[in-house]
Amino acid sequence: MTQILLQTVLSGVLIGLVYALVAVGLTLIFGVMDIVNFAHGEFLMLGMYASFWGWALWKLDPLFTLPFTALGLFAVGALLYRLVIRRIIDAPMLSQVFTTFGLMILFRGLAQYLWSPDFRSVEHTVVDGKVAFGGLSFGLPQVTAAAGAVVTTGAVWWFLRFTRLGAALEATAADREAAALMGIDGQKMFALAWGIGAACAGVAGALLSSTYPIFPDVGASFILVAFVLVALGGFGSVTGAFWAGILVGVVEVVGGFLWDPAYKMVLVLSLYLLVVWLRPQGLLGKA
Amino acid sequence: MIRLARAASLLAALCLAAPAAAQEEVRIGVIYPLTGAAASTGLELKNAAQLAADLINGTDKSLGLALAGAGGLPNLHHAKLKLIFADHQGNPQVGASEAERLITQEKVVALGGCYFSSVTATASQTAERYGIPFVNGESSAPNLTQRGFKWFFRTTPHDELFVRNSFEFLKDLEKRKGVQVKRIAILAENTEFGTGAAALQEKFARENGYEVVAKVLYPPKSAQLTSEVQKLKAARPDVVMQSSYLGDAILSVKTYKDLGFLPTALVANDAGFNDSEFLKTVGKDGNGIISREVWALDLAAQKPVIAKANALLQARHHVNFNGNSARAFTAIFALADAINRAGSTKPEAIQKALRETNIPGDQLIMPWAGIQYDATGQNKLGAGIIVQVQDGKYVTVWPFALASKDVAWPLPAWDKR
Repeated sequence: MTQILLQTVLSGVLIGLVYALVAVGLTLIFGVMDIVNFAHGEFLMLGMYASFWGWALWKLDPLFTLPFTALGLFAVGALLYRLVIRRIIDAPMLSQVFTTFGLMILFRGLAQYLWSPDFRSVEHTVVDGKVAFGGLSFGLPQVTAAAGAVVTTGAVWWFLRFTRLGAALEATAADREAAALMGIDGQKMFALAWGIGAACAGVAGALLSSTYPIFPDVGASFILVAFVLVALGGFGSVTGAFWAGILVGVVEVVGGFLWDPAYKMVLVLSLYLLVVWLRPQGLLGKA
Repeated sequence: MIRLARAASLLAALCLAAPAAAQEEVRIGVIYPLTGAAASTGLELKNAAQLAADLINGTDKSLGLALAGAGGLPNLHHAKLKLIFADHQGNPQVGASEAERLITQEKVVALGGCYFSSVTATASQTAERYGIPFVNGESSAPNLTQRGFKWFFRTTPHDELFVRNSFEFLKDLEKRKGVQVKRIAILAENTEFGTGAAALQEKFARENGYEVVAKVLYPPKSAQLTSEVQKLKAARPDVVMQSSYLGDAILSVKTYKDLGFLPTALVANDAGFNDSEFLKTVGKDGNGIISREVWALDLAAQKPVIAKANALLQARHHVNFNGNSARAFTAIFALADAINRAGSTKPEAIQKALRETNIPGDQLIMPWAGIQYDATGQNKLGAGIIVQVQDGKYVTVWPFALASKDVAWPLPAWDKR
């Protein structure tokens, strides 16, 4: 029993780390400019398709194409900011919600139009098979995905914490006007936030592409949890999203195992309600 | 006076002609999941339904089905069938509102669809309210025909028969091959389809003296199925009976493999496991999976019309029929047959003709004895088969009389597929 429990806890941690990476991008965009990006799951979808096409057309492994996927998604995010989001930055919240929601539908529709609604998958990846030790067994792709998520989340955290550009981004998040007075170009910072946010989701997509089926609506399976993590960890907090990801992953998998999988989301959302009730700013959010 | 008589006869002629002119096309609304997670299945169903309509409208009689090549419905002055497709996105509310739109705005005379039992339930409710016939070809939740509806007809057998089949199959295997099955675990998604099937499996398992060691229901489109599979693994079942749509079916097989879960047999309840995309995606990992079906290409050995119809679909869409699309195709033929016999597009006339439907088995591309509806609107002549994935293809393994291959038992180890 302890062995099975340990297995489920670790499985939960593995998936939780990927959840966290999806949420990191979302929380970054929200933290910097107070816009809820409903199209975030679609960045993940685009990351998955980028990996899939790299593999299907040129036999390139998702791990090799990962840097390009990240760069590509960075460009998509930054471009999307320049073309669309820039225009609604001071618009009422409802317009912002409609805009990103519309983008979500647009991206899904485009993906279905261009690539058909078929389910795709990437087979025979470089990392394949299982790691087994002491009676525990994990798919190597999942372990790699989790490790990749930790590295990427860590890189974002390091960037925000220890680089001048990251500090400028944080400054813009804290006070847009004051940052502008200090000579920080707000537009550039916003585009940067969207770029990094989209790149995080894209990397998550690339990491998931060898374990999860790829289809136009795939973002929907991850986006709800990502929103929970953003609120749970504290709006705008990267470390908060990280720990919340692990927590939610473990609660979902272990809770589903011990209780009833039909109610696993109930457990996750109850946890969310509990935290929001006791600590409205989220686990690591600033009040 | 003569002019008046002439004018009157002209008027009469116009009045009489009007309905005939209006019957140049028979409009039928068909609702499928054309976007969303099941969109690829929806597209297959749409293509199959459209092929059926085009065959009836066309003049190629080579298929050998009565209405195929009739150039439209003979009893309605060769009026052409026009299918108007709508997308329910897998959402019961959308299904109901699309049904309403098709009836009130597109003026369809009958409805078909919706694949998802949960959506068929709501869309057929709308049809019932408006008094428009609804012919469902591929939804298998038993309660759909247990609601006392007067306008709802279903050509496919429902899960009660399918589930009974899978237990008859196990019993037959025990007799013939001496396999030992005691512990059964049930895994199902928790919408109408999965919960209904799981309840039946539990009931039949108990009646047949099996022990149900786990019954796991999960929310569809989950990001992970680890807890579900762990629960199954902990229960150490001989046989897993699973009801999942496509995305979950793929994810579950990958999770089984990753967590090293290997029951003696996996008996799936159609749906995602029989989708054309399923084997393409899971590849060799699909080998050995057993599923209940209503159709398989290798039945063509006994029923040549199957190969002919399949060749037509291949020529057009480069894909084989499967159980879902063959049933969508069949539902359009069954509906067209009724409208033709009704000789009218009046809902009451179509309803009456549907009740009197008697299509013999040789007029179908299904391995059924035919189509005749009972008082609840359920086709009582349907039958199921059991298929198994062998070397990347679905082959018929039961009933033994129709089988083209022997059952492979137990499931091969994951690294030996």
